Parts: sequence; C-alpha cells; structure tokens
Amino acid sequence: MSAPVIELDGLARTYPGPPPVPALRPASLVIEAGDYVAVTGPSGSGKSTLLHLLGLLDTPTEGRYLLDGLNTSRLSDRDRSALRGRRIGIVFQAFHLLPYRSAVENVLLAQLYNQTPRGERLQAATEALDAVGLGHRLDALPTTLSGGESQRVAVARALVNRPSLLLCDEPTGNLDSANAAALMQVLDELNAAGYTIVVITHDPAVATHARRAVAISDGVLSEGIAAGHA
Amino acid sequence: MPRPAGGTIRSTAAAGRDLQLPQPRLAARDAAAEAVAGIVQRPGRAMLTMIGTILGVGAFVAVLGLTATGAGQISHQFTALEDTTVTVEDNGPANNTAPPNTNPAIGFPADADQVAGRINGVTAAGVWWPVALPQNASFTASLALGATSSQTINLLAASPGAVTAMGLSMAAGSPLTIYENTTREHVAIIDTTTAATLGISAARLASHPAVFVNGIAYTVVGVYKSAQRVVTDESAMLIPEDTALADYGNPEPGIGNQDEAQMVIATRIGAAQAVAKQIAAAELPTDPARLVVTSPPNPQNLQSQVSGDLAGLFLVLALISLLIGAVGIANTTLVAVLERTEEIGLRRAVGARPRHIAAQFLAESTTLGTLGGLIGTCIGVGVVVIFAATKNWTAVLNPVYTLPAPLIGSVVGLLAGAYPALRAARTSPLAALRHG
Repeated sequence: MSAPVIELDGLARTYPGPPPVPALRPASLVIEAGDYVAVTGPSGSGKSTLLHLLGLLDTPTEGRYLLDGLNTSRLSDRDRSALRGRRIGIVFQAFHLLPYRSAVENVLLAQLYNQTPRGERLQAATEALDAVGLGHRLDALPTTLSGGESQRVAVARALVNRPSLLLCDEPTGNLDSANAAALMQVLDELNAAGYTIVVITHDPAVATHARRAVAISDGVLSEGIAAGHA
Repeated sequence: MPRPAGGTIRSTAAAGRDLQLPQPRLAARDAAAEAVAGIVQRPGRAMLTMIGTILGVGAFVAVLGLTATGAGQISHQFTALEDTTVTVEDNGPANNTAPPNTNPAIGFPADADQVAGRINGVTAAGVWWPVALPQNASFTASLALGATSSQTINLLAASPGAVTAMGLSMAAGSPLTIYENTTREHVAIIDTTTAATLGISAARLASHPAVFVNGIAYTVVGVYKSAQRVVTDESAMLIPEDTALADYGNPEPGIGNQDEAQMVIATRIGAAQAVAKQIAAAELPTDPARLVVTSPPNPQNLQSQVSGDLAGLFLVLALISLLIGAVGIANTTLVAVLERTEEIGLRRAVGARPRHIAAQFLAESTTLGTLGGLIGTCIGVGVVVIFAATKNWTAVLNPVYTLPAPLIGSVVGLLAGAYPALRAARTSPLAALRHG
C-alpha cells in the first residue's frame, strides 16, 4: 500500500506580527489516494492559508506536510517547485488563464517547467481538454469562452500532468448554478477516474459532492460530517 | 480519461535535494518561444518600445556607413596627380640686402633641379616663375606686321627640370633643353591656343617662327597640347630660366605677390609626403625656413578628420538614442511585469522557479532589443545605400561594425530587462493569485 497522498502532522501557519496572526492552528489530517475532500468554512477561517500550504505556495511555520510520503517541510524551493509542477494541480476561483493564449496553449503552459518532452505535450494537453469536454474548442481564446468553459480549461491545465492531488479553490465561485453543476460533474468524473481531489469552498452544494467534509473555523481544522454520495 | 500518475516519492538525500522527480527546468527554446509569444500578443506596444533602439542602432550603422562612404569618396578623389605634386615657394631672405628697386637672388641654388632629383621619390623637379612684364607688354609673331598681338599670354621662366615636371605633351618640336638654358638662348615653347592666336602653325616650326615680347625675339622651338602641372589651363609661353634672368632680372620673392620663384616637383605615387619633408633642407640648408613647401593633404589625415568631426557628434546622438531605447524597454518590461503578476503567480503555481520567471522577462526584453537592433541595422544600411546612390558614390559598410550591430540592441534589451526581471522573480505567487 502506498503512502497517503496527504499527511498533515500538526501543520500550522502563523503570519508574523505584530501581532502574530495564527491563520492555521496545528492541524492533522490524512487524505488517501482517491479521496474527495471538501474543506468548508466561512471567509477568513483559514481556508486560503490551508490551500496555499497544500499547494506548496506557502511554507508552514510548524508541523509536517507529507505529499506522496515525502516530507515537504524540509524541501528547497527548487524541489517544492518540482512538486508543484508535477504532483499538484490547482484550480483557482479566478481561472487565471492567459488571455492571449488559446485553450490548448493555456494547458500546455503547465508542462513548460516540468521537463515534459516537447513531443508529448500537445497530445497530453488535447487529452486533458477532451477529459473536461472541451476537445472541440482547442484553439479558442479565453475571451471567447464562457465562464464554465474557462474553468474547465483551468481544470484541464491542472490535470494535464496527471497530478497526485487536484486542489480546487472555490472552483464554482465565479460560475452560475448551471455551469457550477457541470463543473462539479467534471470533478466527480475525475475522482471516479482515480484523482485525489481537495475542494475548498463555502458553498454547501459543492461540498455535498465530496465524500469527506472537513470544516475549518478560526484556523481550527475539524473532521466534519461525512456528506454527499459516498 | 487520463489517470493520475500517483506513486510514492522518496527523497534519496537527507536534505531532500534529489527527488525522484525531474527538477523544474525551462528549456532555452521554450523560454524563447514564451518571449516571442509575450511580444507578439502586443505588437503595437512592442513596436513603440523598440523605436529608441531602432533609432540608436540605425544611427550607429548609418553614421559609420556614411563616414566610411564619404571617406572612401575622398580617397577616391585623390587622383594620382594630386598626390604626386609638391610645390616649394621662395618667400625671400629674412634680411633683404639687395639694392633698392632690385630683387634678391632667387632662393633656389643654381643646381636646384639636380638637388631635388637626388631625393628618393622625385621623378622631375625644377624652378619656374612668372616673368614680371611692364604694363601693355606686347606679344607679336612679327615685328613687321605687328597685327597679331595678344595681351593675355603668361610669360613663364622655367628650368629644364621644371619643364619636365610640368609634364608637357608636345604637339610639335621639343621641350626646353639644358643647353638652351645654360647658353641663354632666346627660345620659347608655347601652347597650341597661344600658337593659334599668334598665327604660328605647329607644322611650320621648321621655319623658326619667332614671338616678340616687347621687341625681344624668342624662337618657338616647341608647341605643347596639354600639361599635367602648373600650366594646365592657361595660355603660357615658357622661356629658359637663365634667359629670363638675363633679360628681366630676378623675380620678386615673397608669397602672395604672384611672381615669386617656385619649384614644381613631380614625385612617385605616395612619395609626396616624404619628399615634402626633405626638400627645403636639401635645397637651402643654410635657410630652409625661406622655402615654403606645399604638399597635398595626407588622405589618411583627411579621412580621420572627417570621421572625427562628423561621426563623433552623430555617435553621441546614437548613444543617447540607445539610452532612451534602454529606458523605453526597461519601462515597458516593468509595466508588463506589473500587469502580468497574475501570470507570474500562475507560472509559479505550475512549477516555475523565480529564475525561470526572470529568464522569461529577460528573454522578452532581449528579444525586443534584438528586433529593434535588426530593424535599426536594416534602416541604417538602407540610409547609407540610398545616400550613396543619390550621390553616385560607392556605399562603404564595414562588416566588422555592421554585422554585429543588432547585438547592440540585444545588449540594450538585456541590460534594460535586468531590473524588471528581478522584480518579476521576486513577485510573491500568493499575492499574485489571491485575487483574480
């Protein structure tokens, strides 16, 4: 049995003061491969801090974070960049697509820094866009895509490297309910295909899709009620 | 549907340096592609940004090309003749001890022709002077008729060496000889125009026609068509030097009175400068300062003078343009960095290291600079070629300066991008991604 995808052991993040702000109090959590976890909480509860820590965009002040069995807390910036580029895919609320690049070029961007052989990139990007149902809009510019389509391009970009962890930060935050439902269906399919997904949201409708719910409030992480269709 | 790659990662070193993962890396080709994509997405702005570099590099190439073309033209104009002539003038003695109303002896020694001939590089040399005649001097071919006269003939005294150095092309007869000079014969050679004016036929030289100058007869022994030096474009009558001294006395020395004794020296090509340095001391060792030597300007000096005056000014302007170009590129790149913080954050999130971000913006600014340099070089070359074409000159472009000129733009772009790239590398991905 391989190691859990995520293993948090007393992970905490305090922003230096004065006064110091404990954004995330020591938290422990294990997420196995194939899990589908929703992290819910109100604004300012520490959701974003947790996302940044899980996405290796920020470093914890305390505790350990094991990704695929590897203790990331002691890694150099170079190795953390390598993990971000290979093992983690992040979907942002604001999509963060490059406006002058086509859908497929935006997906290709995720393969730029992780030594994906040049000849394999286009095929992987096309497959990823196919997987989110956008195989017919490869050359569309983000300005011509709807919000739902844009977010699905962002999902394709996150999964093109077949990461161990798909991190979604309020993925439906900028979408209407129909597009949100379509996106959640994509995430469900990805989870069914074996992807480990962590969704950070304040939307209960999104949280119901997850098999596990984790609540965060005032920086304190607590295992919530198992929700959804698990 | 692609499936996750998965698998446990192990760090083989305690410090976690060697992951079983490929290290993040940005291939040079990818960096270049990203830079080009960054420029192409804003073509208008890229053009405006490049203007300073275009002007700077264009001015650099054009200035060097135009000065080289001009200098080439100058050296082209230096015909072999102009470069093979040295003139020496007799400025007179420092203390004039001659009696009143008489002129001092001419500054050149009696054997001046031979002395000059001994200097290496001299092919022919001799003394000559315009003979000062009283007003209304008459030139006639026949005392009896007195009909055909001309007032416009210059009477010149010339040594045999001077006649040779003048490079006369004879139509008939022969140039003045040493014998005619030493024996003070009353002989003369005239040009064909003068001969025609006086009614002397070149074919009739055998009948010994004479020209009377104020009643003194000179037998015409030769008629010349053209001359290389001194008497190139005027009607002239040459009489032997010693004959002139006997008939008219010494010429008045001193530069500026038009009648001073002079020496014309024909040299081999390229020897004029060297001959000019030696001639005064050789001819008049006791008072070389009395002789004023004129030699053609050194073509190399003339070239560097042109480059120095003109190019210096324009190269400063080119440098200023380049500086403005650098500021322009720096400014645009900085704006691009601030504008694209979101993109920077995203690139960091997909595995880019700060140095990759810096490399991307550096590559963008360098590409901008190189493009500007290329366009500027093309414009500069075009300006030189068009200018040369309109003047019917030969365009001269030194490949040593012209070919690497676009690289000036590259260097400008690289330097200009340094600070913005540093700013970009320091952009926190967290801040960049927090709000969209």
